[in-house]
Amino acid sequence: MFVNQFLFLAAVLFCIGVYGVIARKNAVLMLMSIELILNSVNINLLTFALRNGSPDGHTFALYIIAVAAAEVGVGLGLVLLVYRNKKTISLDDLSEMRG
Amino acid sequence: MNIFSGETEVLAPLATGWFLENAWLIPVIPAIAFALIILIGKRLPMKGSELGVLSMFGSLVLSAGAGYQWIQRTNSATEEQFVAPVIKSWNWWQSGGFEFGIGQHIDGLSVLVLFVVAFISTLVQVYSLEYLRGDRRYTHFFAALTLFSGGMLAMVLADNTILFLLGWEIMGLCSFMLIGHWWEEDANSRAALKAFFTVRTGDMGLLVGISMLYFAANDWTQENLGLSGFSIRGISAWALSGEPNSTVIMIAAIALFIACIGKSGQFPLHTWLPDAMAGPTPVSSLLHSSTMVVAGVFLVARLYPVFYVGLDIPGGGGNLIVIIGGITIVISAALAFVQNDIKRVLAYSTVSQLGYMMLGLGAGAWLPAVFHIFTHAFFKACLFLGAGSISHSASHHSFDMKKDMGGLRKVMPITFVTWIVSTLALCGVFPFSGFFSKDEIIDNVGYNGYNTFMIIGLVGAFMTAAYMTRATYLTFFGEPRGASAGHADHGDAHASHDAHDGHSASTPHESGLLITVPLMILAVLALSSGFLNATPFGESWERMKLWVEPRPAEVIEETHSGGPGESLIINLPSSEEGAAKTVCGSAQPESGVCYAPKLKHAPFKWSKAMISMVIVFLGIAISWILSVLLFTKRDPRLVGLTQRVKVLGFGHKLLVNKYYLDDFYEKVIVRTVAYPISRAAYWFNQNILDGILHGFANNTRKISEWVYKNVDQRVVDGTVNNSATFTKSVGTAAQPSQSGKVSQYGALLFSAAAVAALVLVIINT
Repeated sequence: MFVNQFLFLAAVLFCIGVYGVIARKNAVLMLMSIELILNSVNINLLTFALRNGSPDGHTFALYIIAVAAAEVGVGLGLVLLVYRNKKTISLDDLSEMRG
Repeated sequence: MNIFSGETEVLAPLATGWFLENAWLIPVIPAIAFALIILIGKRLPMKGSELGVLSMFGSLVLSAGAGYQWIQRTNSATEEQFVAPVIKSWNWWQSGGFEFGIGQHIDGLSVLVLFVVAFISTLVQVYSLEYLRGDRRYTHFFAALTLFSGGMLAMVLADNTILFLLGWEIMGLCSFMLIGHWWEEDANSRAALKAFFTVRTGDMGLLVGISMLYFAANDWTQENLGLSGFSIRGISAWALSGEPNSTVIMIAAIALFIACIGKSGQFPLHTWLPDAMAGPTPVSSLLHSSTMVVAGVFLVARLYPVFYVGLDIPGGGGNLIVIIGGITIVISAALAFVQNDIKRVLAYSTVSQLGYMMLGLGAGAWLPAVFHIFTHAFFKACLFLGAGSISHSASHHSFDMKKDMGGLRKVMPITFVTWIVSTLALCGVFPFSGFFSKDEIIDNVGYNGYNTFMIIGLVGAFMTAAYMTRATYLTFFGEPRGASAGHADHGDAHASHDAHDGHSASTPHESGLLITVPLMILAVLALSSGFLNATPFGESWERMKLWVEPRPAEVIEETHSGGPGESLIINLPSSEEGAAKTVCGSAQPESGVCYAPKLKHAPFKWSKAMISMVIVFLGIAISWILSVLLFTKRDPRLVGLTQRVKVLGFGHKLLVNKYYLDDFYEKVIVRTVAYPISRAAYWFNQNILDGILHGFANNTRKISEWVYKNVDQRVVDGTVNNSATFTKSVGTAAQPSQSGKVSQYGALLFSAAAVAALVLVIINT
């Protein structure tokens, strides 16, 4: 099996996700980037599950998908409420921390 | 060793039982009870005393069971067979090749003393429930009493000298704590200290003796019996093997005997015992008359082969033990005549009786001496508890016979009767228990060739009868005086419904049941316990001889290891005649080992008993007549006699001052030893230590000045300032990173994680 390729794919997806979380100003895009990170982890789990021939990784991946769906639901709800109150979803404008 | 020589015969195994095998539980029970009383005693409904009484009762049941099974065991043996002790030992700790065991050595002697200790402890604790009611340190009193019993029981059943020493020292500590129970009074704490230090002086001998025996005996015992040189069984066999160097074993025996002199109040270290009466009366009754002070006698009886060989007891004539015992009997009996304190009379009487026990042991009368431990415990405990009963209910806590007692026989009938029974037992009147033990000692001492000491014993018997009659007369007869006279006029009816509070003025009356029942039990035993070894009635009455005395058979031992720390011992007598023709004690055993020397027993003769009876009755009669004349009639010929006749005056003065022994110890010995030491210490302090200190101080000052200038100002302050500057600059440099932008923080976090991951990968490949 081409374990390396799968792992490489996962690493690339992870890096894209991290970049998105750090660099995007839009809250929705940041949520999407988090989804990318989660799915890169899923790929890793499935890779090793196939390699070791055990069902544990599959189970974990299914769980993560379910948890990610719930997380996105909550996250989008938050974003919607923030937009209604502040009329913006730009993360820089929403920040209240002082440097 | 040659095990199966032609004549040996394998005998049926001896009977044993649960109580014998598990006798080690007897001291464990009070030890646990002690810990519980200390921890939770004050919160219990009876302030912890119930734990003490219950634990003593448990020990009593176990030791009675052990006694019963031991009797069965001796009955299962043939007439001449050595009844092997029930020994169990465990490894306690090891250090540098030395192995210290812990375990039990149950034979007739230990079973007897275990029973006595547990029995008297139980009664005394019950008595104390009433006697110390409302005391300010009630819980601690019971804790110490219980710990004492645990220590004594452990010492009695110890299978090696180390455990023996442990129990011995626990007793010393408890004695100190209990004598000084009411330490607020200066005299009490002084008495406690005196008792402790005097006994400690003797205890040095115990340490020396134990170590000497270990180094002398260890090789032999390891080779022949597979036991360490601390084992009591090993030491006994070694002493009788003909192996030991006579000088070594003599010095070891003397060293051990010095410990006995201290503990058992023998001359010249007896001075602590009368002062120990400062403690509560139950303590005097339990520790300082019936149990603890016989520990020294017990040590001699336990390691008897060492003394037998070391001091040449069969030789006759005189040795250290009989000389000390003889001196003690007479001088302490003489001191008892000039005491006004009833407890001090009893204390000197105890010293004198302990002298009898030592005399018996020293003269080869092992069994009578051990039997005297047994009977003496009952009647002397009874006498002390009687004295306590008087002070509790009649004389307002005074023990002064001349000032506060007299005429008490009518108001305290139970105390009076028990006192009279115990007094007759102490004097050795037939058929009370003291007759069977004390007379046997005197008889055997003479029979074994110690004629001078037999006469001393008879003189002692005369004096005992006389001083006890004096004390009895002063206490119970004549007219009531002082506190006892109190409100004696309006009678007993008032006393019966008088609330028992002790302190407030009340008429003399009989004590409560918690006090009188132990008195009655002890009086019954003082009357009857002698029949357990009633030599006058023939062989079949000599139960103690059958049960307690170790039989001097030559024993060949086969040792099989049976489980961890235990071994099975099969006894094989080397010939069918067994003890009858044994060489034990007189020559080297040929094919086996001996555990006990063969001792002679004097045949009982009524003529000899009559002589001592006449002496005792003379003592009672003369003392009675003199007491009536002196104390009641105030006969002018007797009153003030000591002032008029110079010789008598001198004697009286000598006795009142206790032969000036206390002065000698305190003024001469303490001064010659302690004063030069303190003066030398002062000189040393002034000149050498102070010199060193001053020099040290000067140098220190110089050093510190230099340190201040160079180290403190430059190095330390510089470092501190520099580190502050550095921190400030780092802070300024790091300031931009604290931007408040989450994405920046996230980037830092991830890059740090990435770097860490990279490092991990590089390390692992």
